[in-house]
Amino acid sequence: MILTLVTHDRGIIEETAFQALTFARSLSEDLGVPHHAAWIGDFEVDDRLADFGVSTIHQIGHDGLDDYSAAAWGSAVAQLTDSISPTAVVAVGSDGGNEVMSNVGALTGLPMVANVREVTTGDSWTIVRTRWGGSLLEETSLDAPIKLLTVTEHAVEAAPAETGATVETVAFSPDLSEGDLVTQVVDRVVTSGGITLTTAPVVVSGGRGVGSPDGFAPLEELAGLLGGVVGCSRVVTNNGWRPHSDQVGQTGTVVAPDVYIACGISGAIQHWVGMMASKTIIAINTDAEAPMVTKADYAVVGDLGEVVPAIVEELKSRQSTR
Amino acid sequence: MRILVCIKRVPAPGARMVLTEDEQAIDTKLLSFAISPHEECAVEEAVKIAETHDGRVTVLTLGPPEAEEQLRSALAVGAHEAVLIPTDGSDWDPMSTASAITSAVESLESHGPFDLILFGNESADSGGYQVGIRVARALGRPVVSGIKGIDVEGDGVRLRRETAVGSEIYSIPLPAVIGVKEGINLPRYPTLKGRLNAKKVEVQRIEEERVESGQRMVRLVTPPQDVSATTILDDATAVVDLLEELQVVKS
Ligand SMILES: Cc1cc2nc3c(=O)[nH]c(=O)nc-3n(C[C@H](O)[C@H](O)[C@H](O)COP(=O)(O)OP(=O)(O)OC[C@H]3O[C@@H](n4cnc5c(N)ncnc54)[C@H](O)[C@@H]3O)c2cc1C
Ligand SMILES: Nc1ncnc2c1ncn2[C@@H]1O[C@H](COP(=O)(O)O)[C@@H](O)[C@H]1O
Repeated sequence: MILTLVTHDRGIIEETAFQALTFARSLSEDLGVPHHAAWIGDFEVDDRLADFGVSTIHQIGHDGLDDYSAAAWGSAVAQLTDSISPTAVVAVGSDGGNEVMSNVGALTGLPMVANVREVTTGDSWTIVRTRWGGSLLEETSLDAPIKLLTVTEHAVEAAPAETGATVETVAFSPDLSEGDLVTQVVDRVVTSGGITLTTAPVVVSGGRGVGSPDGFAPLEELAGLLGGVVGCSRVVTNNGWRPHSDQVGQTGTVVAPDVYIACGISGAIQHWVGMMASKTIIAINTDAEAPMVTKADYAVVGDLGEVVPAIVEELKSRQSTR
Repeated sequence: MRILVCIKRVPAPGARMVLTEDEQAIDTKLLSFAISPHEECAVEEAVKIAETHDGRVTVLTLGPPEAEEQLRSALAVGAHEAVLIPTDGSDWDPMSTASAITSAVESLESHGPFDLILFGNESADSGGYQVGIRVARALGRPVVSGIKGIDVEGDGVRLRRETAVGSEIYSIPLPAVIGVKEGINLPRYPTLKGRLNAKKVEVQRIEEERVESGQRMVRLVTPPQDVSATTILDDATAVVDLLEELQVVKS
């Protein structure tokens, strides 16, 4: 069987986990084997699992599993894996999914292939996986008695299907050690309300071309007029002009707004992978040959110090005449 | 306080990924090399902790002899010792990398364990998200990844990790292993004195065998590029017309 570890936060399924369920369902159909799911903790199981061809849910119960601990989750899944010997264990390639599956790999002594996009099954499996945060792909061969893998987020679309099948739930009780439980979350701090980089419909992003922390004022104003937020490149965070939480890219945040306005950003590939999924990309740059300009949907070739304030003025004057 | 930081030498590609003819690597003829960004921050964090807790920082890399360049960069910003596990430059999978690092750590720990071993959350190039976790599990130490804040408190560390709505706090005993994310600090630049000191340090070499894991890279592939043409907008008026058309102007 194919076993999908369904990652959730105290009972609320991670949205991208449905993509992993979709991926695992087609894998199980290809191989003609059942699709099982692992559900950790004493939380009510989400009915939607049935829509992904899941026939059996292994509900993993233990006193120590009422809050997240990658080590405890990893130990529990490793023990379940030993006991039911699936063909493959699949989870989503989120921070949590990758971390738990790495623990499973370490405990079972099996390789774990992170951020998979495609699988071709056979004696050994041929796998296409993501490298460099998505700017490069790798073809890898995997030869292991049980295949462990995580699925790149957003590589497949979640596709529920009505099956009408009944789902059987079976309980599984792992033995967890002191060591597994010391890495549990001890506290949570909720800081953000309102729109963030990942939820904003518009991101106005600035790069080295902005020149200084103060240079971001017109970008802030433009973002405000568009109901968006300000983002930036790594040069900007490295210079200390903006906090790292504003950074877009491979080692920052990945965004996909309706409109991304890149001001004075050259378009290095590590920045590009963080915003390439935006619906419309507008570049403002003095260099007509900059990769951001040549790859964008729209571009203004000019000095952002003049162009951005002019856009702000134009927006304001249209507002006042309305 | 003894701290070990594991760093990886990676190329610093610009706007395009160009592969070698055998598709086994990125063509680096015109590229410089760097330490993965998360690990650069791990080095800075280790040096900062060492400064306030009378510590010593060792940096370790598994890579070709040229990776000594990245070890010296770390020494130049305040690390004290450096260890190279030499390879022929080919790509090692995460399991064999972790097994070699674990074995090297065991020999470096003949006089007692490192209080902290820091890793990057994921390597910039291969991004397997696991070497640190595998090493921690093999050594039987607690590990938490994705960390953006470390406070040493007595015999333990308090760790902060960001979530979509705020942060999660962990509190674990030492010795421990931590996967660090960029943003935890702003790495310092090396000083001239730092660079000169770095040159004097002798890099220790530890030879390790590559174990077979069952996972092997076959080749690299560049993803298909979107080559749609760019529409040039002449002025601010044209931009605002477009924004209105896209319905993103707040009324
Ligand atoms: C492993 C790794 C991970 C990385 N992760 C990230 C990441 O997460 N995010 C990220 O952003 N980068 C990342 N980088 C860095 C990346 O490679 C680039 O160095 C960085 O994105 C460049 O930032 P920039 O475009 O602001 O600066 P530059 O490349 O210097 O570009 C500045 C641009 O501004 C234009 N300009 C200058 N003046 C003006 C003006 N007055 N008006 C209009 N335009 C002007 C110039 O023509 C140029 O195109 C990473 C690098 C590595 C190696
Ligand atoms: N070749 C290597 N040498 C030293 N450390 C490494 C190496 N590869 C990976 N690491 C460490 O392990 C972390 C996770 O790597 P990965 O599992 O490849 O994403 C990296 O951020 C590094 O700290």
